[in-house]
Amino acid sequence: MINKKLVIIGGGSAGMASALEAYKQGVTDILILEKNDYLGGILNQCIHNGFGLHEFNEELTGPEFMSRFSKAVNDNHISYRLQSNVLGISKDKVVTYSNSYEGLVEVKAEAIILTTGCYERNAGAIQIAGDRPSGVYTAGQAQLYLNCYGYLVGKKVFILGSGDIGLIMARRMTLEGAKVLGVAELNPYSAGLNRNIVQCLQDFNIPLYLSHTVKEVKGKEGHLEKVVIAKVDEKFAFIPGTEVEFDVDTLLLSVGLIPNCDLLNNLPLSFSKTRGPVVSQDMETEIEGLFSAGNVLHVHDLVDYVVEEAREAANGAVKYLNGKLSHKGHIYDVKPGNGIGYVVPQKIYLEDANDKLVFKFRVAHPFKDINIFIKEGDNVVKKLFKPAIIPSEMEIVRVDKALFKGEAKEISVYVEERK
Amino acid sequence: MIFDVLIVGAGVSGSLIARKLSSYDLKTIVIDKENDAGNVTSMANSAIVHSGYDPVPGTLKAKLNVQGNKMFPKLCEDLDVHFEQIGSLTVAIYDDQIKLLSDLAIRSKENGVEVKLLSAEEVKKLEPNINPNVKGGLLAPSAGIVNPFTLTVHAMESAVDNGVTLHLGEEVLSIKKDGDVYVVKTTKDEYQAKVVINAAGVYSDKIHSMIEPVDYKVTARKGEYFVLDHYKEGLVNHVIFPLPSEKGKGILVSKTTSGNYIVGPSSEWSDDKEDLSTDKPTLDAVRKAATEMVPSIPFNQVIRTFSGNRPTPSTHDFVIGFAKKDNHFINVSGIESPGLASSPAIAEYVVNEFVSKVLSLKEKKDYKPALRKRINPSKLSVNERNALIKKDPDYGEIICNCEKVTLGEIKDELSRSVPPMSVKALKKRTRAGFGKCQGGFCQPLVIKILAEHFNVDMSKIKLDKDGSEICKYLTKEAK
Repeated sequence: MINKKLVIIGGGSAGMASALEAYKQGVTDILILEKNDYLGGILNQCIHNGFGLHEFNEELTGPEFMSRFSKAVNDNHISYRLQSNVLGISKDKVVTYSNSYEGLVEVKAEAIILTTGCYERNAGAIQIAGDRPSGVYTAGQAQLYLNCYGYLVGKKVFILGSGDIGLIMARRMTLEGAKVLGVAELNPYSAGLNRNIVQCLQDFNIPLYLSHTVKEVKGKEGHLEKVVIAKVDEKFAFIPGTEVEFDVDTLLLSVGLIPNCDLLNNLPLSFSKTRGPVVSQDMETEIEGLFSAGNVLHVHDLVDYVVEEAREAANGAVKYLNGKLSHKGHIYDVKPGNGIGYVVPQKIYLEDANDKLVFKFRVAHPFKDINIFIKEGDNVVKKLFKPAIIPSEMEIVRVDKALFKGEAKEISVYVEERK
Repeated sequence: MIFDVLIVGAGVSGSLIARKLSSYDLKTIVIDKENDAGNVTSMANSAIVHSGYDPVPGTLKAKLNVQGNKMFPKLCEDLDVHFEQIGSLTVAIYDDQIKLLSDLAIRSKENGVEVKLLSAEEVKKLEPNINPNVKGGLLAPSAGIVNPFTLTVHAMESAVDNGVTLHLGEEVLSIKKDGDVYVVKTTKDEYQAKVVINAAGVYSDKIHSMIEPVDYKVTARKGEYFVLDHYKEGLVNHVIFPLPSEKGKGILVSKTTSGNYIVGPSSEWSDDKEDLSTDKPTLDAVRKAATEMVPSIPFNQVIRTFSGNRPTPSTHDFVIGFAKKDNHFINVSGIESPGLASSPAIAEYVVNEFVSKVLSLKEKKDYKPALRKRINPSKLSVNERNALIKKDPDYGEIICNCEKVTLGEIKDELSRSVPPMSVKALKKRTRAGFGKCQGGFCQPLVIKILAEHFNVDMSKIKLDKDGSEICKYLTKEAK
C-alpha cells in the first residue's frame, strides 16, 4: 500500500483541471489515474473547434484545449499513471488500480476526486426495437473511429437524438463524404446547443425531425438496411401513419449521456436525479474526503464549465486536507422545484461554504418569460428574470452566502412563468 | 476421408455430443452455418438449468432434464464454466394458484425432483423484493444458472482439443446416402460420413427432411428479454418463475452468472426462423408480467434487450433417435426448453443409446475431459494477481472498463482451439462489451486486438456475421 494526499481518478479535462488547482493551492502529493494511454479523455476525439471561449477567450479544438492542460500537468511534474484502470474505491479511501507495468496497486488516499466523465446512452439502454444488425453506434463511438482511428463506419447515415455529439457528427460525416439523411429528436425541441443546430445541420441542409423517434431498425443480413422513424404525441406514443423509412447503413445515437460512476456503486452513497452522486457545495460526496466533478456528476454543455467545477472540487479537497471542512453548522438540502430537472449541489454546509453559493441546474423543458427563484424555506433569497430558458443550456446562479439565514432545512430552486 | 460421425450444428447439444464422441476413437466433424459455436438458440435463452419439475412425467424432456441437471456441477468444473445452483422459486400471486402450486409439487415428485412448498412468509423471507401479495411458493433447490456462451464454446473447445474437426461458416445444402456413407454437401465443400447427427436447432426439421419426409415441424418460438446491469445484489436471490402455463414456464426474473439480472422471455410463434427482432408491445407485456412478481425491478437499469428462438417441435417432446428409414442418421431435434438443462444428458443419451448401436466405441486413452484452466484475475487475491501480472503483464491491462476484462484474458481466448473470430464471439467468451456502455469505449480496442492477432486491417474485423464489418471505409486523410 502506498500513501497519497490526493488521488484523482480520471485524467480528462476535469481530472487535470482539479489536479492543477490543488497543486496551485499547495497540495503537491497528487496521483492522477487514467485508463487510456493518453491524458485528456474524450477531448482527444473532439477535433472540432468551440472549446475554451470562457477559459482562454479563444476558440480551440478539443485536442488543443486539453493539451494546454496536459502540458501544465507535465510542466508541474504532477504524477500520473496511464493505462491504469481503477478497480475499486473503499469507504476508507483506498483506491485499487491495475496496469501492466506496476500490477495491482493499492493507494491510501487522504482525499479523492472522482472525474470519470460519462458514457453514452446506447441502443440497449433505449431498448431500440427491431433487428440487431451492425451499423448502429453511439455518436461518440463513431467519432472515435473517425477521428482517432481513421475509419468511417458508414456512408448513408441517420441520426437519432439531437445531442451535441450527434449534431457534430452529422457535420463531420458529411465532410467525410457520407450522406446524412436526417436527425430525429423525440422532444419537440432540440437537445443540443443552438449554435450546433445552425452550424451542423442547417448549413448542410440536413433535416431535423422534431417529435420523431426511431420505431424500428431493420437488417436481417447482419448489417443495417433501414430505419423507420415515426412522429410521437405529447406522451411520446407513436402516431400511426406517420412512419417514414430511410435506406441507411448507419444509425448514430445521440440520446444522452450518463455519469460513469460505477466505482461508487458499493459505497454508502446516495445518488441525485443526474445519476451522479449527491454532493455538497464543495463537490464533496457523502463520504468525507471523496469529491467528484465534471460529467460524472452531471453532464455539462461546455468543457469550460467542467474545468470550473473541477476547480471547485479541488478547492474543496484542499480545504478538507487542511482541516477546513468542519461538516458542522447549518445543513441545507437543495431540492429542484417546479420546472427544474436537477440541481447541483444537493447539500450545503453553510459554515464551510465559500462567500458565494453556486447553484447549477437545468430546466425540465423549455420556458419563456419566467422568473427563477431560489428560496430558503419560505423566504425568497434570489429572483432572476429570464426571457427564455431551455434544458440544453445549464444555468449557473451565484448567490451571496450572507443572504442565507441558516434556519430552514431546505433550499429550493424553481421557475415560475410571469403572469 | 470418411468421417465416422458428422454433426450438423454447433449449439449446446451438438457441442456436448461432439465432446462425448471425442472420448472415443472416432473421426468426428462438426459443421455449422454460423461463424461461432453456440450462436443461435444456445446463445439467446434464459441461461437457466431447470430442476425438471415442470415437464410432463414420462417424456424425454422430463427424463433428460432431471439427469442433465445432476451432471452440471462436474461438467462445469471440467469445462471451466460458471454454474451456480441458486435454486428456483415458483410463486403463486393469486389465491387460486395455490392449488396449481401443489399440483406442481406432485409432478415434481413423479419426475424425481426434490422440491419444497413454502408459505407466503417463507417466500418473503427468501425473497424480500417479491410481491407482498404472494400466496406461496415452490422451491426447487437443484435449479441453477449457467453461462450458456462459455458452456457451448468450452464444450466445443474440449471436443476440438480431443481431436474433433470443427468447420464453421458452412451451411449444409444437401445430405444424400451413397452406399454406406452419407455425402453432405455444404456451401464450401463436400464431406463423407458413416453417421450423421442432426443437431441443427430451429432448422433440425429441414435438415432431417433432406433424407426423408418428416412428419413433425420445428417452429421458431420467439422469446424477448431485458438484461439489467449488475448494479446491486439481492434484487432476487433465486430464479423466480410464475406458474407454468400452456405457453411454457412463463416470464422469469433471475440473476445471471455475470451478476446481471435477466427478465423474460415472451413466447411468440414466428414464421421466420431468422427473426430475432424485439418490439415494444411484447417487451411492455414482459415488463408487466415480471413486475407482478417483483414490483421493484429497476427498468432504468436495462442495458440491453434481445430475443432468442426456441426450436419448438410439434410433438411437444424432444425428437431424439434414429431416422425412420436409416439408423445411421440420428436426430436431435426440437430441443427447446429445457434443452440447456438437458444438454449433457442428451449427449450421453445420443451416444450411449444410438451411436453405440451403429459404431463400435473404443475409449480414447489420452482423452482429457478438463480444459486448460482460464485465469479470472478478479477472483485472485492482491498478491496472486500481482504475481500473475509480473509473469504476464497483459493481465494488468484492462480493456473493457465496464466488465474489467484484461488483455491477458482476451489473448488467452485467441490462443484457444475455438478462437473468437468476431467482436461478438469475443464478447461471448470474455464479456468485453457486455456492460452498460455496450462496447462504446472498448470496441475499437477489441477490434484493434483482433486485427493485430489475425494480422489484418481493422476494416476486416466483423461485429458478427459476414458483412458486419465496423471500420468500413478509410477517411479521406487515412487514404
